[in-house]
Order: sequence, then structure tokens, then C-alpha cells
Amino acid sequence: MLTAIIDYESGNLHSAHKAFERMARETDAGQVVVTADADVVARADRLVLPGDGAFPSCMAALKGKSGIYAAMVEAVKHKGRPFLGICVGMQLMASWGREYEDTEGLDWISGEVTKITPADPALKVPHMGWNDLVIDHPHPVFNGIATGDHTYFVHSFHMVVAKPAERLAHVDYAGDVTAVIGRDTMLGMQFHPEKSQTTGLKMIANFLNWRP
Amino acid sequence: MLKTRIIPCLDVADGRVVKGVNFVGLRDAGDPVDAAIAYDAAGADELCFLDIHATHENRGTMFDLVTRTAEHCYIPLTVGGGVRTVADVRALLLAGADKVSFNSAAVADPDVISRAADQFGSQCIVCAIDAKTVSPGKWEIFTHGGRKPTGIDAVEFAKRVAAKGAGEILLTSMDRDGTKQGFNLPLTRAISDAVSVPVIASGGVGNLDHLVEGVTKGGASAVLAASIFHFGEFTVSQAKHHMAAAGIPMRLT
Repeated sequence: MLTAIIDYESGNLHSAHKAFERMARETDAGQVVVTADADVVARADRLVLPGDGAFPSCMAALKGKSGIYAAMVEAVKHKGRPFLGICVGMQLMASWGREYEDTEGLDWISGEVTKITPADPALKVPHMGWNDLVIDHPHPVFNGIATGDHTYFVHSFHMVVAKPAERLAHVDYAGDVTAVIGRDTMLGMQFHPEKSQTTGLKMIANFLNWRP
Repeated sequence: MLKTRIIPCLDVADGRVVKGVNFVGLRDAGDPVDAAIAYDAAGADELCFLDIHATHENRGTMFDLVTRTAEHCYIPLTVGGGVRTVADVRALLLAGADKVSFNSAAVADPDVISRAADQFGSQCIVCAIDAKTVSPGKWEIFTHGGRKPTGIDAVEFAKRVAAKGAGEILLTSMDRDGTKQGFNLPLTRAISDAVSVPVIASGGVGNLDHLVEGVTKGGASAVLAASIFHFGEFTVSQAKHHMAAAGIPMRLT
């Protein structure tokens, strides 16, 4: 089993690598590599797409690595390999990003990424810190996780999901903020599981052992 | 609901914790990595390392500490002290820091904040502001550990760096730091009201009610403390339960 964390020069992959490596070791889920090699992406059994920064620049960076981009789309859309997008990596799964400029996303999950606008104007943006999950739909990634468990968020834009069935969990920030999305073999997490202590590590292990 | 964060801060010099950390069961009171692991286990929401003697020669020690900490702690880590350039930010992020804090370099050239935020995203760029009261309701930025006045108004500066892309402000009251008399609440409130990004209150914590006031009166999104935790006066868990009892939403572990 090979899990590839896709390196398209967006953000810090050290923490994610360490967390996935540790959980793969603890649950006997094979090898985890950070890679910028399209061949590795093509043959990996599961893929992780991280991402930090703005939607347009992340999308441009990903598409700029045309080999990786094509290999990733082929593996997920056509071969049904398990996929996990994290933070902006999750947001890229949307149809559209509305950050700075309108940018086409992967369109794997219908919806768009817009600025967080809490109903309470006193609330700060970015939405930064620990928030408690409300699970909307059961999913194997939530094994051992319950509504009320906390994960660590840091983002100013969030995904508004068009089909309620594809929003698997949300948090409250004077309004709903999407936390987990998914369909078929695709999953996305707005929070950083690699920074969410035992709750996050558990979800990483669940993803690594998910056989959709 | 978003929770208020408690952030223990470790002052580090030459790879060792300044003054040491006095925890039950800690193997090495001077090792920042051991202390970080203990704080992670104790329920800290984030960690902060401040390199107080940062020089070009000893940067490697800090990178090593950050890397080792990131291998063992799965909560966010902010690193500050001696950060001057976008290249410094990049090196610390690659070593495993989640956020990097500018201080005097941002006073000298606020555009360094926008350059770093453009490249790495606002979410990982913190601006530390050290401010001192100069007259009632008026606070000025001081650099060099509070010794050097700059003539720059702290509230205006906070607005400026937030507009340039700082994702968070680490506000230290230099008149309160080390006094154990509590945060400078009017300063904290003024800055928190002036910017839309989260403000971390720092400087002066002597008891758990001070942490409460920083949030309820100061409007801080997070509270940073050092000595009350390092010397075992209070545990992170005690602090969290005390704040929760005062009606502040906390992540209780």
C-alpha cells in the first residue's frame, strides 16, 4: 500500500507527512511518501492533496504541474482511488472558487468557495482555532469520532456545498462552516487533521484504512 | 463554536528553555521538545517557541528543535525571534513550524509581512507587537525587548500589519510583562477592536482570573502565558476549567 502526499509547492508538508507516516505505521497501512513525481501519483493506492494559501494560486500551481494534475484526475475520477483533500486541497474539489477572482475548481463536489461571513460581526476572520464537529452523515472516516470532538481550523474562505448529502460534517461559527465533504472515493477536510491531536490522527488512520 | 485558545510559550536560547520548565515527570527541564510534548499531552491548544538570542550562527539549533517538536506534537507550533526575511519564514516552515512570527523586522519594514503572506498565506504569518503605555489610552511600539521606543502608535500599526496580510497578532504589553499583574486590558481591547484578525494576549499573567479577563475584557481570541505554567503553579487543564467556569468556550480534554 502506497499513500502519496502530493507536493505542488503549496505550503508546509512536514507536519502532514509525519502524521500520516505515524498513523500508517501504527495501523500497518503501508508506506507514505511526499512526491512531486507524476508516476508516483499514478501508481499510488491513495492520494492526499494538501494546500495553503489562496484558491487561485493553489489551482494554478496544481495545474502548472500538468503531469501530476493529469495523474491525480485519472487516479481519482477514473480509477476510483481514495483521495483526501486538506484545507485548500479540499476547497479545490469545489466547482468554483470565489477568492479574489472566479476560478474553476476540480468540480468533484458541487459547490463554491466563498469568504466566511459570520452572522455575528464581532467574530474574527480567519476562523482560527479549535471548533467542535457536528457530523451530518455517517462515514467510515468518523470511526471513533463523535459530534462534539474538536479539530483545528485556520481559513478565511469556506465551501458552500450544493448537495446536502455531500457535506459530511460542519462546525458552527455564527453560521455553518463546512468541515468534511465527500462522495464515492473522495474526501475533503477543511481543518488540519495533522494539527488536530488525537481526533485528527484518528481520522488520518481511518482514511488510510478506508476501503471504499 | 470556536474555542478560546491557551498557548504556552517557551523562551528558548541556544536550544534550551530559559529558566527551565518545572513539570512533574519531565525528563529534562531545559529541553524545549520535552516541554512541548508535555504541554501537548496536557491539552495546550497551540505552542509557541520564542528564540530570544536568535543569531545567524545559532539558527540551526532552532531548526532542529522545530523539526523534532513537529515529529512529536500534533498541535500548531508558532516560532518567533530573529525572523527577518521571507527566506527565514520559508526555512522555519520547512523545518516544521506552522506559523512564523515577525517582530522588529516588521517595524522596520511592514512590507515584509505582505511579501511573506503573499508567498505562504496569511494563515501562517503572525505579527508580534510589543507595546508600552505612553499616556492614558495611548500605546507605542517598543523594540529590543522593550528598551527602544519607535514613536509608532500600536493601534495604527496593528491595523497596518493586518491590512498587509498578518493572519494573527501576538500582542505583548511591555509594561506588564513579567509583573504578574495581568494583561494590559485597555491595550488588548483597543487592538482587538481595531483589527478583524485574531489577537493573542500576552504579558503579565499571574493568576487564572487574568486569563479570563484577557478574553472577557480584552477581547482576545487566545491567551499566551509562560511562567504560570512552566513553574507548575497551574496546569493547562486547571486554566481551561477555570475559564470554562467563567463562561468562556474552551476545548476541554
